[in-house]
Amino acid sequence: MSEEKKGVVLTAEEKRRQRARSVAIAWALAALCVLFFVVTIAKLGPGVMNRPL
Amino acid sequence: MTLATDGMTNDSAATGAFAGVSGGEVRDYVALLKPRVMSLVVFTALVGMVVAPGTVHPVIAFASLLAIAVGAGASGCLNMWWDADIDAVMTRTRARPIPAGRVPAGEALTFGLVLSALSVFVLGVVANWFAAGFLAFTIFFYAVVYSMWLKRWTAQNIVIGGAAGAFPPMIGEAVVTGTVGWPTFALFAIIFLWTPPHFWALALLKSGDYARAGVPMLPNVAGPDATRRQILLYTLILAPAALAPVALGTGGLAYLLVAVITGAAMVILAFNVHRHREGEAAARAAQQLFAFSILYLFLLFATLLAEHAFGLYAAVPGIGR
Repeated sequence: MSEEKKGVVLTAEEKRRQRARSVAIAWALAALCVLFFVVTIAKLGPGVMNRPL
Repeated sequence: MTLATDGMTNDSAATGAFAGVSGGEVRDYVALLKPRVMSLVVFTALVGMVVAPGTVHPVIAFASLLAIAVGAGASGCLNMWWDADIDAVMTRTRARPIPAGRVPAGEALTFGLVLSALSVFVLGVVANWFAAGFLAFTIFFYAVVYSMWLKRWTAQNIVIGGAAGAFPPMIGEAVVTGTVGWPTFALFAIIFLWTPPHFWALALLKSGDYARAGVPMLPNVAGPDATRRQILLYTLILAPAALAPVALGTGGLAYLLVAVITGAAMVILAFNVHRHREGEAAARAAQQLFAFSILYLFLLFATLLAEHAFGLYAAVPGIGR
């Protein structure tokens, strides 16, 4: 039963690959944020930043 | 942990042959997107954008190309998921991430579906929803109509399925204008007519592979001689069809020159394939046509790109814009 509680145990190599995949996903999400920001500026123009608070 | 059998219906997955914990490297997931096909799609979509009647902000063009590239990659990923059993028995494809056991099939399916939805959404938001709908249709056409339906059913699989690879220039125009017109329809026709001689030349070389996998490619169904005749017929239609952009005023003098010279070369190579039917000479002829067909399509589209993006367009007398 204690074996079952441990679940899937990753080897060191599997952990390294999992981390590499996570980092890649993080970079992709960051790139998507930058892309949406730049596209917003391109579509609306820089004037969108110039407004009273 | 995801099991490979999630949502799967084809044989390899049903038996759980590729099940397991995700252990893929990042490059395996990149390989699932078929980067070489992606680059061709990006290139032809870019040409579709530059020949379109209108202009688009460079940032919007870049973001749209990115979305189209990811959409193409997603459809390639779904194709690899569905065809994992075929890929496993073909020498050309057995090292792909799913048959090699580096990526569980279920994960590839999820990856492909998520990227499909993301690419269509991004293109809709960034460009317009007509272009996004066209991209969604293209993904559907490649992943479902070609991969799931046509590929294992008919020897005309790559003829009809070739449309999926021919749509990107039209999507490129849709990004710019919100609609599609004759200039990019001509580009669609060129890629559509180019696909059969290109893939059948490869199929002649790899007919043993396709036979082992049970894929009804033309050489296995109708025989190599009938395939050679079809290659010649399609090439004889393709070479003059490649002049359509000139007639429409999309292609200028440089394009006319390139299309005539390379078109003639394609016809000569197709005649060679038709003539040499035995042994080393036959294999060499098919190999030469396959290799040159890639260069042919690249040169046609690169010339259009140079004419429109770098100001090299010189109208053909009596036809120009």
